[in-house]
Amino acid sequence: MKEKVKFKVADEKSLDRTITRLAHEIVERCRGIDDVVLVGIRTRGEFVARRIAGKIEKIENVKMPVGVLDVVLYRDDIRIRTKIPKVQVSDIPFEIDDKTVILIDDVIYTGRTVRAALDALVDYGRPAKIQLAVLVDRGNREMPIKADYVGINLPVSVGEEIRVKMREVDGEDGIFIVEVVHESQY
Amino acid sequence: MNLSIKHLLGLEGVPKDDINTILDTAFSFREVLERPVKKVPTLQGKTVVNLFFEPSTRTRISFELAEKRLSADIVNFSASVSSLRKGESLKDTVQNILAMKVDTIVMRHSDPGAARLLTRFVDAVVINAGDGTHEHPTQALLDMMSMREKLGTLEKVNVAIVGDIKHSRVALSNIYGLTTMGANVVVCGPPTFIPFGIEKLGVKVMYDLDEVLQFADVVMVLRIQKERMGKGFFPSLREYRKQFGLTRERLEKVRRKLIIMHPGPMNRGVEIDSEVAESEHSIILHQVLNGVAVRMAVLFLLVGGKRG
Repeated sequence: MKEKVKFKVADEKSLDRTITRLAHEIVERCRGIDDVVLVGIRTRGEFVARRIAGKIEKIENVKMPVGVLDVVLYRDDIRIRTKIPKVQVSDIPFEIDDKTVILIDDVIYTGRTVRAALDALVDYGRPAKIQLAVLVDRGNREMPIKADYVGINLPVSVGEEIRVKMREVDGEDGIFIVEVVHESQY
Repeated sequence: MNLSIKHLLGLEGVPKDDINTILDTAFSFREVLERPVKKVPTLQGKTVVNLFFEPSTRTRISFELAEKRLSADIVNFSASVSSLRKGESLKDTVQNILAMKVDTIVMRHSDPGAARLLTRFVDAVVINAGDGTHEHPTQALLDMMSMREKLGTLEKVNVAIVGDIKHSRVALSNIYGLTTMGANVVVCGPPTFIPFGIEKLGVKVMYDLDEVLQFADVVMVLRIQKERMGKGFFPSLREYRKQFGLTRERLEKVRRKLIIMHPGPMNRGVEIDSEVAESEHSIILHQVLNGVAVRMAVLFLLVGGKRG
């Protein structure tokens, strides 16, 4: 897959500020974080979740539980894809029963990943509440799903994509609008 | 992450990348088996037929669980209660079942090559669950997964397969798989149980088990079929145990860490002692758990997705 960077939306500093704000919002809206746990969606959602956890730990001075969810097995397009996606391990090392689970991803677009994640999550237990936090909302939803915490609203057209880069996997931090030349996935 | 193979008939000729993909995926599926709800919707709407022309307990249950955990619809068929009794051929039986629109056939059959034959006249994914004395690929995959889990790699690992190599589909599939993955394989057993020319598959033949235990990292003990006793293969169970049984006394002499495996069902007190099978070195029950995960991985990778 080839892509061309069209615009740099955020650099390392502003990405960090956005994550800081998200952390504050979560603590504020949950009125503390006693029964709050974070679950990041693989791949980049995990790292966004870990960074938000780091911020919350600084603000509230407690340890923040972070889980990781791989939603491949719950996707609604497995049946129609000829290319089979890679399945990775989900790791939620705590009970989610009666907790407020903050589901975290880097970008929300169609809403299908979040739908799959909701299905996956309820197989682990029955949370009191599930909320959604994303770094970027790019619009164009295909499902009735809305994020509770949004870093940046960034409506772009079909054909353009948002690329969130995280140091842990991409070697640098930043949010970019890119133009993608697609290879067919179907 | 697609495999290069379309069916799983054996491990002969299956490339290293495919084996790695299956094992990696299987490790991810292991986590699913630990969840409160041990089921994912991945194969919803797919139909799998389990065709067992030979008796089987663990393989059959393991496949059935794997299919259920992936939400596939399943149909079970066993030879003893079917039209085969009325003289129907394998081809007719299978084509009739396929006319009912199934996607996958998991088959155990007593004839070597039965699974391959099936692929010629059916349009479904075929998974070999054991064909006579030929291959039993999912067993070898779960064995390799268990070894990799304990040792971190298969590269350069010394694996000894002990017992009836000649009649064992588990041994043959393991030899193909392990040599592909870069392991060193030694086979050990009475000369009557070592097929002529087996060295050509890249394995070493040894006849002294004590010597083998001096360097092996993994010892895979095979089941001795009592029916073969007195037919020129070995004289008595006692004699077999003395020379090739993994006994407590024999193991006590070994001052190294060993991993002990057995594909089951075991003849306790013949090829393996109870104390050995239940010792800290043994990963026999672990193999069973990995069996479900590996079969989920194979099903997912071959049956999931649109066939293109």
